[in-house]
Amino acid sequence: MQHLSWTGTLGVYLNPLFLTALVCFLTLALAAVARGFSPRSDGPHLINPTPPSVSLIGPSLVIGLALWLLSLAGVSLLAPLALGNIWMSLILCLILGAVAGFGLFQISAEMIFKLVWLAFYATLILFGLYLAIGLFVKPETMGIVGAISQRLIPTWIALAVTFALSILFKRKLGLYGKLFDSPIGMIGLGLVLFWIFTAIFGAGFDWIATHDPLTQVSGMKNKHPGIPLRGATEADYPYYLLGGDTLARDVFSRAIFGSGIVIVIAPAATIFAFMVGITLGLPAGYFGGRLDTVLSFLSNLVLAFPVILLFFLLVTPEIVETGLPNYLAVILFVFPVIFIAVAQYSKNRLKPGFLTLQFPILLIIGIWLYLSLVSETGKPVDLLPPMLDLFDVPAEILLVFVSVVFVNSPTAFRIVRGLTLDVKTRDYVAAAQTRGEGPWYIMLWEILPNVRGPLIVDFCLRIGYATILLGTLGFFGLGLESESPDWGTTINAGRKLLSVYLAPPLVPAFSLMSLVLGLNLLADGLREESLKD
Amino acid sequence: MGMFILRRTGVMLLTALCLTFIVFILTTLYPNLEKLAKNQGNFRMSDAEVASYLGNRGYTQGKFQNYGEWLGILPGYVIEGTDGKTRGRCSNHGTVVPDAPKYCGVLQGNWGFSSVFKEPVGDVVKTRLALTGKLMFWVMVVMIPGALIIGVLAGMREGSQLDRSLSTGAIVTTATPEYVSGVIFIAIFTSSAVGLKWFKGSATSAMDNATLENFLLPVLTIALYGMGYIARMTRASMTEVMTAQYIRTARLKGVSFANIVLKHALRNALIAPFTVIMLQIPWLLNGVVIVETLFNFKGFGWVLVQAASNNDIDLLLAVAVVGVIVVLLTQLISDIGYVFLNPRIRIS
Repeated sequence: MQHLSWTGTLGVYLNPLFLTALVCFLTLALAAVARGFSPRSDGPHLINPTPPSVSLIGPSLVIGLALWLLSLAGVSLLAPLALGNIWMSLILCLILGAVAGFGLFQISAEMIFKLVWLAFYATLILFGLYLAIGLFVKPETMGIVGAISQRLIPTWIALAVTFALSILFKRKLGLYGKLFDSPIGMIGLGLVLFWIFTAIFGAGFDWIATHDPLTQVSGMKNKHPGIPLRGATEADYPYYLLGGDTLARDVFSRAIFGSGIVIVIAPAATIFAFMVGITLGLPAGYFGGRLDTVLSFLSNLVLAFPVILLFFLLVTPEIVETGLPNYLAVILFVFPVIFIAVAQYSKNRLKPGFLTLQFPILLIIGIWLYLSLVSETGKPVDLLPPMLDLFDVPAEILLVFVSVVFVNSPTAFRIVRGLTLDVKTRDYVAAAQTRGEGPWYIMLWEILPNVRGPLIVDFCLRIGYATILLGTLGFFGLGLESESPDWGTTINAGRKLLSVYLAPPLVPAFSLMSLVLGLNLLADGLREESLKD
Repeated sequence: MGMFILRRTGVMLLTALCLTFIVFILTTLYPNLEKLAKNQGNFRMSDAEVASYLGNRGYTQGKFQNYGEWLGILPGYVIEGTDGKTRGRCSNHGTVVPDAPKYCGVLQGNWGFSSVFKEPVGDVVKTRLALTGKLMFWVMVVMIPGALIIGVLAGMREGSQLDRSLSTGAIVTTATPEYVSGVIFIAIFTSSAVGLKWFKGSATSAMDNATLENFLLPVLTIALYGMGYIARMTRASMTEVMTAQYIRTARLKGVSFANIVLKHALRNALIAPFTVIMLQIPWLLNGVVIVETLFNFKGFGWVLVQAASNNDIDLLLAVAVVGVIVVLLTQLISDIGYVFLNPRIRIS
C-alpha cells in the first residue's frame, strides 16, 4: 500500500489555495502588528486624528497592493529554486510580504485590517474544508488530515450540538451563556470541549483511536506519519496515521488515550485543591489571628519548595514504599467531605428532619466514598474491608493525583484567603452577622457565593497549571508507568530521537499546549464577561 | 523599615529550617537509607547488613540528632561500629582522625559529601550554580526587556489591534510549558527532518563556551514561558496608568502620544512588574530544571535531578537550601523594592 500523504489526492488542488490564504494572512497580520509599533499610527485615543489626504489613496493603494502581491508571487515561485529549502523560502516570503504590507498600511489602515480578517477567514474556511471533506471520503483522497477528521466524528458532532444548543439558549445560561459573546472565550471553550469530548469518546468509549495505545506491531518502529500498517487484516485500521514511535506503537492512538488521563486527573485534582483551599482559606481570612498566621505560614512553606524538588521527593518508589502519599491522601481528601458536611449543616440545621435523617445519610455516604478512595487493600492505608471498598484507584494514579493536589492547594488557599479578607467588610456580611448567623454560614453562604467569579476564572487557570504539572511529572518519568500514554511521558520518550522522528513528541506536545491554551483563553473570556456586569 | 526587614529575615530563617528539616526527614526515611546503603556498599546486602552499615555510620541515631549534626549545633557522632572500626561524622564518615573538629555541620561551613559526584557538596553547588547563573543572566537579558516592551506596547492603547495581537501572543506563551516549547524549538531549528539546523539541540558545549548557536534555544525556552506572564502584568499596570487623571491632563495639554507614554506613564507603570519579575524568579527555577535536562546543560537544575534520582542526601539538602533561599530572598527584595519604588508608600 501507498504511504498516506498529509492531504491526499484532493490536496493537490486545495493546497495552493490554502497556502496562498495562509501566507496572505500571516504577512498582513505581521504588517498589522508592525503598524501598531510605529508611532505615526492613529489610535482611537487621539483626539483629532488627521484624516489621510484623499487624493493619495487611489493610485498608491493600487500600486502598493500590486507590489505586495507581486512580491508574494515572486518569492513563493523563486525562493524554493534559489534556496532549496521550503522553510527558508517560507520565512523569506513572510518577511518580504510583511514589509510590503507595512508599506500599504501607510496608505489606508482601515482597509488593511479588513483584508487581514478576510485572509484569516479564508484560511479558516479552507482548513475547515479539509476537515469537512475528510469526513466523507476515503483516507487516500484527503490524506492524514482528512482521515484524522473522520476518526474525530463523535467529537465534531458533540461539539456542534453543544455549541448550537448553547448559542440558542445563551440568554438563559448565565455566565456560561455570556461566554458566547466573546470570541476569545468561544475559542477557548471550543478547544477545551474538543479535548473533553475526545477524552470521553476516545479514551472512554474507544470510538476514535485507530489502534491500541500499548500494542507494539513489528515493523512499525519509528515510522513517519501515514505509514500503512504492516500485516493489517480486515479488522485493522490500515494506517498508522501519525506514525509509529520507538516501541512501534501508534502515535495518534496514544495521544487520544493520553487525553483521557489528563482530562480526568487535572480537573479532579484542581477541584480537590480548591476544596482544601476553600475549607482552610475561608476561616483563615474570616477569623484572622493566630489561625491565619499558622495556616499562612504552612502554605508559604509549601510554596517556598521548588515544585520539581517536591515531586522528586514525594514520587520516588522508596517514598511510596513508606506509604507517605497514602497518608497525604488521607489528609487531603477529607476536606471535600468536611466542606460539604459543614455547608449543608450550617444552612439546613434548623429544618425539621434534617439533623435526624438527611444529614446522617449525607455524612455516611460522604465518609464511605472518602474511605473507599483512600483505602486500598494491602496498602499502608487499609481501613475498609474489601467487600465495602467501592473502588480502588491505581496506586500510581493516586500518587500523581496527590502530588498535584498538594502543590496546588496552597495557591488556592492564598486566593480564597485574599478574597475573603476583601469581602468580609461588606455590608451584607455585617447584615448576616446582625441577623445572628453563625460564622460558617456567613463564610459558606454569604462570602463564598460572592467571590465565585474570580474563583471560577482562577479555577480554569489552575486546571491548565495542573495539566502542565502532570506533564512535568511525566517528563521526568515520575509517577506514571513508562508505557503510559499520557502526554508528558510520551514527550519524554519521544524527545530522544527528536532530530529524526518529529511526530512522537510533537503530537502530545501540541495536544498539551492546545488544551492549556484553551483553558487560558476560557479563563480570559470568563474574566472579561464577568467584569462586564 | 529596619524592623520589617528583621522580621522578614526571621520568618525566612524559620521557613528555611522547617523546609530543610522536612527534606531531611524525607530523604532519610528508611527505604531511602536502604537504597543509599546498597548504592554505597554493595547491592546484595542482606537486611541485617544494611542495618549495621547504617548504624555504623550514624544514620539510625534519631532524626533530630542527625539533623542537629547536619546543622552543626550538635557534635558529630563518633561510633564504634560492629565491625570494630570507629567512625566519625567529622572524619567524612570514615575512620576517626585524631584532630577532627567536634562540630561539623552547615554552620561550620561543612555541607557534607556528595555520594553521586564524589566531591564535597559545597564545591558541586558552587560550580553548578555558576553555570546556571550564566543561563539565568541571559534569560533575564532576553525576558525582562522583551516582556516590558510587549506589555507597554499592548497596554498603551487598550483594545487596539496591537493590544489584542500581543495579548493573545502572551497567552500562548504562558500556555506553553518549557518541555513543550523546548521540544518544538529543537524540532524546528535543530532536527535533520526539518533541515533548518540553525542551532544546536544540546547546550553541553555552552558550559565552557556559550555561543548563539548552542545557547539561544535554552535561553529562549525559559524566557518565553515567563515572558507572557510578566507582559500581561505590565499590560494591566500600563492600562491602569493610561486611564489616570494626569495622563488625561497631559493629553489635553497637547503632549505628543510618544512623550505621554515614555515620559509620563512608563515610570509609574513599571512599579508593579518589578514585583512580578522578582516573584517570577522562583518559577524560573522549574524551567531551569526542565531546560537543563532537555538540553543537557549540566547546571544546578541538572544537579537537582541527579541528586534526587540517586537520593544523595547531603546534596539534596544543599539544593533545597539554595532553592528556599532564592524563593525567600526574591520575596524580600520584591517587598522592599516595592516600597522604595512607590513614592505613595515610601512617604507615608
